[in-house]
Amino acid sequence: MTAEPVTTEHVTTELNLRSSLHGMVADWSSDQRSFKSASWGKAMMWIFLVSDTFVFSCFLISYMTVRMSTTVEWPHPSEIFALEIGGKKIPLILIAIMTFDLITSSGTMAMAVNFAYARERRKAAILMLVTAFFGAAFVGMQAFEWTKLIHEGVRPWGNPFGAAQFGSSFFMITGFHGFHVSIGVIFLLIIARAVWRGDYDVGRRGFFTSRKGRYEIVEIMGLYWHFVDLVWVFIFAFFYLW
Amino acid sequence: MGLHLRILLSVVTSPTGEMMTATTDDTTHSHVQVAQAAQPAAQAHGQQHPIKLYLLVWGLLFVLSACSYLVDYFDFQGYLRWFLIVVFMLLKAGLIVAVFMHMAWERLALVVAILAPPMAVLVLMAMMAWEGDYTNYLRVIFFGA
Repeated sequence: MTAEPVTTEHVTTELNLRSSLHGMVADWSSDQRSFKSASWGKAMMWIFLVSDTFVFSCFLISYMTVRMSTTVEWPHPSEIFALEIGGKKIPLILIAIMTFDLITSSGTMAMAVNFAYARERRKAAILMLVTAFFGAAFVGMQAFEWTKLIHEGVRPWGNPFGAAQFGSSFFMITGFHGFHVSIGVIFLLIIARAVWRGDYDVGRRGFFTSRKGRYEIVEIMGLYWHFVDLVWVFIFAFFYLW
Repeated sequence: MGLHLRILLSVVTSPTGEMMTATTDDTTHSHVQVAQAAQPAAQAHGQQHPIKLYLLVWGLLFVLSACSYLVDYFDFQGYLRWFLIVVFMLLKAGLIVAVFMHMAWERLALVVAILAPPMAVLVLMAMMAWEGDYTNYLRVIFFGA
Protein backbone atom coordinates (compact mmCIF):
# COMPACT_ATOMS: atom_id res chain seq x y z
CA MET A 1 0.00 0.00 0.00
CA THR A 2 1.55 3.30 -1.08
CA ALA A 3 1.14 6.47 0.90
CA GLU A 4 0.02 8.69 -1.95
CA PRO A 5 -2.27 11.61 -1.11
CA VAL A 6 -5.97 10.82 -1.38
CA THR A 7 -7.80 12.81 -4.03
CA THR A 8 -11.54 13.05 -4.45
CA GLU A 9 -11.27 11.04 -7.63
CA HIS A 10 -9.41 8.32 -5.79
CA VAL A 11 -12.13 8.09 -3.14
CA THR A 12 -14.90 7.93 -5.73
CA THR A 13 -13.26 5.07 -7.60
CA GLU A 14 -12.70 3.24 -4.35
CA LEU A 15 -16.36 3.66 -3.38
CA ASN A 16 -17.55 2.49 -6.79
CA LEU A 17 -15.43 -0.62 -6.59
CA ARG A 18 -16.84 -1.40 -3.16
CA SER A 19 -20.49 -1.23 -3.99
CA SER A 20 -20.95 -1.71 -7.75
CA LEU A 21 -21.52 -4.90 -9.71
CA HIS A 22 -18.44 -4.04 -11.72
CA GLY A 23 -16.45 -3.98 -8.51
CA MET A 24 -17.91 -7.31 -7.46
CA VAL A 25 -16.86 -8.96 -10.73
CA ALA A 26 -13.43 -7.40 -10.42
CA ASP A 27 -13.09 -8.78 -6.87
CA TRP A 28 -14.18 -12.27 -7.80
CA SER A 29 -11.99 -12.48 -10.90
CA SER A 30 -8.89 -11.09 -9.23
CA ASP A 31 -5.88 -13.05 -8.05
CA GLN A 32 -5.76 -14.80 -4.69
CA ARG A 33 -8.41 -12.94 -2.73
CA SER A 34 -12.07 -12.39 -3.50
CA PHE A 35 -12.92 -10.70 -0.23
CA LYS A 36 -10.72 -7.62 -0.25
CA SER A 37 -12.24 -6.05 2.81
CA ALA A 38 -12.22 -9.18 4.95
CA SER A 39 -9.29 -11.12 6.34
CA TRP A 40 -9.41 -14.90 6.10
CA GLY A 41 -10.54 -15.12 9.70
CA LYS A 42 -13.50 -12.86 9.12
CA ALA A 43 -14.41 -14.53 5.83
CA MET A 44 -14.32 -17.94 7.52
CA MET A 45 -16.56 -16.74 10.34
CA TRP A 46 -19.02 -15.41 7.76
CA ILE A 47 -19.00 -18.71 5.90
CA PHE A 48 -19.56 -20.60 9.15
CA LEU A 49 -22.46 -18.28 9.91
CA VAL A 50 -24.00 -18.97 6.51
CA SER A 51 -23.86 -22.70 7.21
CA ASP A 52 -25.37 -22.08 10.64
CA THR A 53 -28.12 -20.09 8.95
CA PHE A 54 -29.04 -23.23 7.05
CA VAL A 55 -29.13 -25.30 10.23
CA PHE A 56 -31.49 -22.88 11.95
CA SER A 57 -33.54 -22.50 8.78
CA CYS A 58 -34.04 -26.25 8.68
CA PHE A 59 -35.28 -26.22 12.27
CA LEU A 60 -37.66 -23.35 11.65
CA ILE A 61 -38.94 -24.82 8.38
CA SER A 62 -39.54 -28.24 9.93
CA TYR A 63 -41.42 -26.45 12.72
CA MET A 64 -43.52 -24.70 10.06
CA THR A 65 -44.19 -28.03 8.36
CA VAL A 66 -45.37 -29.86 11.47
CA ARG A 67 -47.43 -26.90 12.57
CA MET A 68 -49.15 -26.69 9.19
CA SER A 69 -49.77 -30.41 8.86
CA THR A 70 -51.21 -31.16 12.30
CA THR A 71 -54.97 -31.24 12.69
CA VAL A 72 -54.75 -30.68 16.44
CA GLU A 73 -54.80 -27.08 17.61
CA TRP A 74 -51.36 -25.54 18.16
CA PRO A 75 -50.78 -24.44 21.79
CA HIS A 76 -50.95 -20.64 22.28
CA PRO A 77 -47.42 -19.41 23.03
CA SER A 78 -48.86 -16.16 24.32
CA GLU A 79 -50.56 -18.01 27.20
CA ILE A 80 -47.96 -20.72 27.76
CA PHE A 81 -45.14 -18.22 28.16
CA ALA A 82 -47.15 -15.83 30.30
CA LEU A 83 -45.91 -15.10 33.79
CA GLU A 84 -47.88 -14.08 36.81
CA ILE A 85 -46.44 -10.87 38.21
CA GLY A 86 -48.19 -9.25 41.16
CA GLY A 87 -51.26 -11.42 40.72
CA LYS A 88 -51.69 -10.35 37.08
CA LYS A 89 -50.97 -12.61 34.12
CA ILE A 90 -48.79 -10.83 31.56
CA PRO A 91 -48.53 -12.59 28.20
CA LEU A 92 -45.12 -13.56 26.85
CA ILE A 93 -43.34 -11.31 29.34
CA LEU A 94 -40.36 -13.58 29.99
CA ILE A 95 -39.66 -13.86 26.27
CA ALA A 96 -39.87 -10.09 25.91
CA ILE A 97 -37.33 -9.63 28.71
CA MET A 98 -35.05 -12.22 27.08
CA THR A 99 -35.32 -10.33 23.79
CA PHE A 100 -34.34 -7.01 25.35
CA ASP A 101 -31.54 -8.73 27.25
CA LEU A 102 -30.05 -10.15 24.07
CA ILE A 103 -30.37 -6.87 22.16
CA THR A 104 -28.59 -5.10 24.99
CA SER A 105 -25.78 -7.64 24.86
CA SER A 106 -25.48 -6.99 21.12
CA GLY A 107 -25.17 -3.27 21.76
CA THR A 108 -22.38 -3.72 24.28
CA MET A 109 -20.62 -6.15 21.92
CA ALA A 110 -20.70 -3.61 19.09
CA MET A 111 -19.09 -1.03 21.35
CA ALA A 112 -16.48 -3.54 22.52
CA VAL A 113 -15.40 -3.97 18.88
CA ASN A 114 -15.01 -0.21 18.57
CA PHE A 115 -12.87 0.08 21.67
CA ALA A 116 -10.76 -2.91 20.65
CA TYR A 117 -9.87 -1.24 17.35
CA ALA A 118 -9.16 1.98 19.24
CA ARG A 119 -6.68 -0.05 21.35
CA GLU A 120 -8.58 0.77 24.54
CA ARG A 121 -8.25 -2.74 25.81
CA ARG A 122 -9.63 -2.31 29.34
CA LYS A 123 -12.84 -0.77 28.06
CA ALA A 124 -13.13 -3.43 25.35
CA ALA A 125 -12.60 -6.25 27.86
CA ILE A 126 -15.13 -4.81 30.32
CA LEU A 127 -17.73 -4.41 27.59
CA MET A 128 -17.12 -8.01 26.52
CA LEU A 129 -17.61 -9.15 30.10
CA VAL A 130 -20.86 -7.19 30.25
CA THR A 131 -21.90 -8.90 27.02
CA ALA A 132 -21.03 -12.30 28.52
CA PHE A 133 -23.05 -11.41 31.61
CA PHE A 134 -26.16 -10.62 29.56
CA GLY A 135 -25.59 -13.82 27.58
CA ALA A 136 -25.39 -15.87 30.77
CA ALA A 137 -28.52 -14.13 32.06
CA PHE A 138 -30.28 -15.12 28.85
CA VAL A 139 -29.30 -18.77 29.27
CA GLY A 140 -30.44 -18.58 32.89
CA MET A 141 -33.87 -17.29 31.89
CA GLN A 142 -34.07 -20.01 29.28
CA ALA A 143 -33.30 -22.64 31.91
CA PHE A 144 -36.10 -21.17 34.04
CA GLU A 145 -38.47 -21.33 31.06
CA TRP A 146 -37.56 -24.95 30.30
CA THR A 147 -38.01 -25.93 33.94
CA LYS A 148 -41.41 -24.29 34.08
CA LEU A 149 -42.59 -26.01 30.91
CA ILE A 150 -41.26 -29.40 31.93
CA HIS A 151 -43.08 -29.06 35.27
CA GLU A 152 -46.25 -28.28 33.35
CA GLY A 153 -45.85 -31.55 31.47
CA VAL A 154 -44.39 -30.42 28.14
CA ARG A 155 -42.35 -33.25 26.60
CA PRO A 156 -40.84 -33.72 23.13
CA TRP A 157 -43.56 -36.31 22.42
CA GLY A 158 -46.58 -34.50 23.86
CA ASN A 159 -48.02 -31.83 26.08
CA PRO A 160 -51.29 -30.99 27.82
CA PHE A 161 -51.96 -27.87 25.72
CA GLY A 162 -52.45 -29.16 22.19
CA ALA A 163 -50.46 -30.50 19.23
CA ALA A 164 -47.79 -33.00 20.28
CA GLN A 165 -45.21 -31.48 17.93
CA PHE A 166 -45.06 -28.31 20.01
CA GLY A 167 -42.67 -29.85 22.53
CA SER A 168 -40.15 -31.25 20.07
CA SER A 169 -40.08 -28.00 18.06
CA PHE A 170 -39.69 -25.94 21.21
CA PHE A 171 -36.90 -27.99 22.74
CA MET A 172 -34.97 -28.36 19.49
CA ILE A 173 -35.13 -24.73 18.41
CA THR A 174 -34.62 -22.97 21.72
CA GLY A 175 -32.19 -25.63 22.89
CA PHE A 176 -29.97 -25.24 19.87
CA HIS A 177 -30.11 -21.48 20.19
CA GLY A 178 -29.33 -21.59 23.90
CA PHE A 179 -26.39 -23.86 23.13
CA HIS A 180 -25.07 -21.24 20.70
CA VAL A 181 -25.42 -18.54 23.36
CA SER A 182 -23.57 -20.71 25.91
CA ILE A 183 -20.67 -21.34 23.54
CA GLY A 184 -20.63 -17.61 22.78
CA VAL A 185 -20.36 -16.77 26.49
CA ILE A 186 -17.42 -19.16 26.89
CA PHE A 187 -15.56 -17.66 23.95
CA LEU A 188 -16.36 -14.12 25.07
CA LEU A 189 -14.73 -14.87 28.43
CA ILE A 190 -11.65 -16.38 26.78
CA ILE A 191 -11.15 -13.44 24.43
CA ALA A 192 -11.99 -10.84 27.06
CA ARG A 193 -9.20 -12.32 29.19
CA ALA A 194 -6.74 -12.09 26.32
CA VAL A 195 -7.76 -8.51 25.58
CA TRP A 196 -7.53 -7.53 29.24
CA ARG A 197 -3.99 -8.94 29.51
CA GLY A 198 -2.97 -7.10 26.37
CA ASP A 199 -2.12 -10.30 24.48
CA TYR A 200 -2.76 -8.56 21.16
CA ASP A 201 -0.48 -5.65 22.03
CA VAL A 202 2.52 -7.76 22.99
CA GLY A 203 1.94 -10.50 20.41
CA ARG A 204 1.53 -13.28 22.95
CA ARG A 205 0.78 -16.63 21.35
CA GLY A 206 -2.58 -18.31 21.85
CA PHE A 207 -2.68 -21.42 24.04
CA PHE A 208 -4.48 -23.44 21.39
CA THR A 209 -3.24 -22.08 18.07
CA SER A 210 0.27 -21.03 19.17
CA ARG A 211 -0.17 -18.05 16.86
CA LYS A 212 -0.18 -14.36 17.55
CA GLY A 213 -3.66 -12.87 17.57
CA ARG A 214 -4.91 -9.47 16.47
CA TYR A 215 -7.61 -7.19 17.78
CA GLU A 216 -9.67 -8.23 14.79
CA ILE A 217 -10.62 -11.32 16.79
CA VAL A 218 -12.96 -9.10 18.80
CA GLU A 219 -14.82 -8.15 15.64
CA ILE A 220 -14.98 -11.80 14.54
CA MET A 221 -16.31 -12.77 17.97
CA GLY A 222 -18.81 -9.94 17.56
CA LEU A 223 -20.01 -11.37 14.26
CA TYR A 224 -20.84 -14.65 16.00
CA TRP A 225 -22.55 -12.88 18.87
CA HIS A 226 -24.69 -10.67 16.63
CA PHE A 227 -25.63 -13.74 14.63
CA VAL A 228 -26.96 -15.38 17.78
CA ASP A 229 -29.05 -12.26 18.35
CA LEU A 230 -30.17 -12.37 14.72
CA VAL A 231 -31.36 -15.96 15.04
CA TRP A 232 -33.33 -14.99 18.13
CA VAL A 233 -35.11 -12.29 16.09
CA PHE A 234 -36.44 -15.03 13.80
CA ILE A 235 -37.25 -17.46 16.62
CA PHE A 236 -39.08 -14.70 18.49
CA ALA A 237 -41.16 -13.87 15.41
CA PHE A 238 -41.92 -17.36 14.15
CA PHE A 239 -42.10 -19.46 17.27
CA TYR A 240 -43.35 -17.09 19.97
CA LEU A 241 -45.41 -14.51 18.11
CA TRP A 242 -46.86 -16.42 15.15
CA MET B 1 -32.79 -6.00 1.66
CA GLY B 2 -30.07 -4.02 -0.08
CA LEU B 3 -32.43 -1.15 -0.69
CA HIS B 4 -33.48 -1.22 2.90
CA LEU B 5 -29.85 -0.96 3.99
CA ARG B 6 -29.23 2.03 1.74
CA ILE B 7 -32.30 3.82 3.03
CA LEU B 8 -31.29 3.05 6.57
CA LEU B 9 -27.80 4.39 6.03
CA SER B 10 -29.07 7.57 4.45
CA VAL B 11 -31.40 8.05 7.40
CA VAL B 12 -28.59 7.44 9.82
CA THR B 13 -26.14 9.67 8.02
CA SER B 14 -28.23 12.71 7.24
CA PRO B 15 -28.53 14.33 10.68
CA THR B 16 -24.83 14.60 11.39
CA GLY B 17 -23.04 13.75 8.18
CA GLU B 18 -20.76 11.74 10.40
CA MET B 19 -21.16 8.50 8.55
CA MET B 20 -20.20 10.00 5.24
CA THR B 21 -16.84 10.82 6.68
CA ALA B 22 -16.61 7.39 8.21
CA THR B 23 -17.11 5.73 4.83
CA THR B 24 -15.20 8.03 2.52
CA ASP B 25 -12.49 8.33 5.11
CA ASP B 26 -11.59 4.71 4.73
CA THR B 27 -8.59 5.17 2.49
CA THR B 28 -7.22 8.08 4.45
CA HIS B 29 -7.75 6.15 7.61
CA SER B 30 -5.80 3.12 6.48
CA HIS B 31 -2.90 5.27 5.30
CA VAL B 32 -2.68 6.86 8.70
CA GLN B 33 -2.77 3.54 10.48
CA VAL B 34 -0.17 1.97 8.21
CA ALA B 35 2.07 4.93 8.78
CA GLN B 36 1.60 4.78 12.50
CA ALA B 37 1.89 1.15 13.40
CA ALA B 38 2.87 -0.74 10.24
CA GLN B 39 0.02 -3.16 10.96
CA PRO B 40 -0.97 -5.85 8.46
CA ALA B 41 -3.35 -4.61 5.80
CA ALA B 42 -6.33 -6.48 7.20
CA GLN B 43 -6.02 -4.73 10.51
CA ALA B 44 -5.86 -1.32 8.89
CA HIS B 45 -9.33 -1.96 7.49
CA GLY B 46 -10.72 -2.28 11.01
CA GLN B 47 -14.41 -1.54 11.28
CA GLN B 48 -14.62 1.51 13.48
CA HIS B 49 -17.77 3.54 13.45
CA PRO B 50 -19.20 6.22 15.68
CA ILE B 51 -20.56 4.91 18.97
CA LYS B 52 -23.52 7.22 18.41
CA LEU B 53 -24.60 5.11 15.46
CA TYR B 54 -24.50 1.94 17.56
CA LEU B 55 -26.55 3.59 20.27
CA LEU B 56 -29.10 4.72 17.69
CA VAL B 57 -29.41 1.20 16.27
CA TRP B 58 -29.66 -0.21 19.77
CA GLY B 59 -32.53 2.19 20.48
CA LEU B 60 -34.25 1.30 17.22
CA LEU B 61 -33.97 -2.41 18.01
CA PHE B 62 -35.56 -1.77 21.40
CA VAL B 63 -38.43 0.14 19.82
CA LEU B 64 -38.97 -2.50 17.12
CA SER B 65 -38.91 -5.32 19.69
CA ALA B 66 -41.41 -3.41 21.80
CA CYS B 67 -43.60 -3.01 18.70
CA SER B 68 -43.56 -6.73 17.94
CA TYR B 69 -44.30 -7.49 21.57
CA LEU B 70 -47.27 -5.11 21.45
CA VAL B 71 -48.62 -7.03 18.45
CA ASP B 72 -49.03 -9.95 20.82
CA TYR B 73 -50.09 -7.86 23.80
CA PHE B 74 -52.96 -6.21 21.91
CA ASP B 75 -53.73 -9.59 20.38
CA PHE B 76 -53.91 -8.59 16.70
CA GLN B 77 -55.03 -11.54 14.61
CA GLY B 78 -55.02 -12.71 11.02
CA TYR B 79 -53.09 -11.12 8.17
CA LEU B 80 -52.45 -7.89 10.10
CA ARG B 81 -50.63 -9.86 12.79
CA TRP B 82 -48.47 -11.79 10.33
CA PHE B 83 -47.71 -8.70 8.30
CA LEU B 84 -46.61 -6.69 11.35
CA ILE B 85 -44.55 -9.56 12.77
CA VAL B 86 -42.68 -10.07 9.49
CA VAL B 87 -42.10 -6.35 8.93
CA PHE B 88 -40.66 -5.79 12.41
CA MET B 89 -38.61 -8.99 12.11
CA LEU B 90 -37.05 -7.98 8.79
CA LEU B 91 -36.32 -4.44 9.99
CA LYS B 92 -34.57 -5.80 13.07
CA ALA B 93 -32.62 -8.38 11.09
CA GLY B 94 -31.58 -5.72 8.57
CA LEU B 95 -30.33 -3.38 11.29
CA ILE B 96 -28.31 -6.10 13.00
CA VAL B 97 -26.71 -7.35 9.79
CA ALA B 98 -26.08 -3.91 8.28
CA VAL B 99 -24.73 -2.02 11.26
CA PHE B 100 -23.77 -4.42 14.04
CA MET B 101 -22.25 -6.95 11.66
CA HIS B 102 -20.87 -4.13 9.46
CA MET B 103 -22.35 -5.52 6.26
CA ALA B 104 -23.12 -1.98 5.07
CA TRP B 105 -19.40 -1.25 4.86
CA GLU B 106 -18.25 -4.51 3.29
CA ARG B 107 -17.58 -4.87 -0.42
CA LEU B 108 -20.37 -6.15 -2.63
CA ALA B 109 -18.37 -9.33 -3.38
CA LEU B 110 -18.69 -10.40 0.27
CA VAL B 111 -22.23 -9.08 0.74
CA VAL B 112 -23.55 -11.13 -2.17
CA ALA B 113 -21.57 -14.24 -1.22
CA ILE B 114 -23.11 -14.15 2.26
CA LEU B 115 -26.64 -12.90 1.66
CA ALA B 116 -27.51 -14.65 -1.62
CA PRO B 117 -27.17 -18.37 -0.64
CA PRO B 118 -29.68 -18.17 2.24
CA MET B 119 -32.30 -17.10 -0.31
CA ALA B 120 -32.39 -20.80 -1.32
CA VAL B 121 -34.09 -21.33 2.03
CA LEU B 122 -37.16 -19.57 0.62
CA VAL B 123 -37.49 -22.33 -1.98
CA LEU B 124 -37.36 -25.02 0.71
CA MET B 125 -39.88 -23.03 2.69
CA ALA B 126 -42.29 -22.87 -0.25
CA MET B 127 -41.89 -26.60 -0.92
CA MET B 128 -42.46 -27.56 2.70
CA ALA B 129 -45.45 -25.24 3.02
CA TRP B 130 -46.98 -27.05 0.06
CA GLU B 131 -46.11 -30.41 1.58
CA GLY B 132 -47.42 -29.49 5.03
CA ASP B 133 -50.66 -28.28 3.55
CA TYR B 134 -51.06 -31.53 1.62
CA THR B 135 -50.35 -33.68 4.70
CA ASN B 136 -52.94 -31.69 6.61
CA TYR B 137 -55.47 -32.25 3.81
CA LEU B 138 -54.85 -36.01 3.84
CA ARG B 139 -55.21 -36.16 7.61
CA VAL B 140 -58.49 -34.32 7.50
CA ILE B 141 -59.81 -36.68 4.80
CA PHE B 142 -58.63 -39.99 6.28
CA PHE B 143 -58.75 -39.32 10.00
CA GLY B 144 -61.65 -36.89 9.88
CA ALA B 145 -60.12 -34.61 12.45
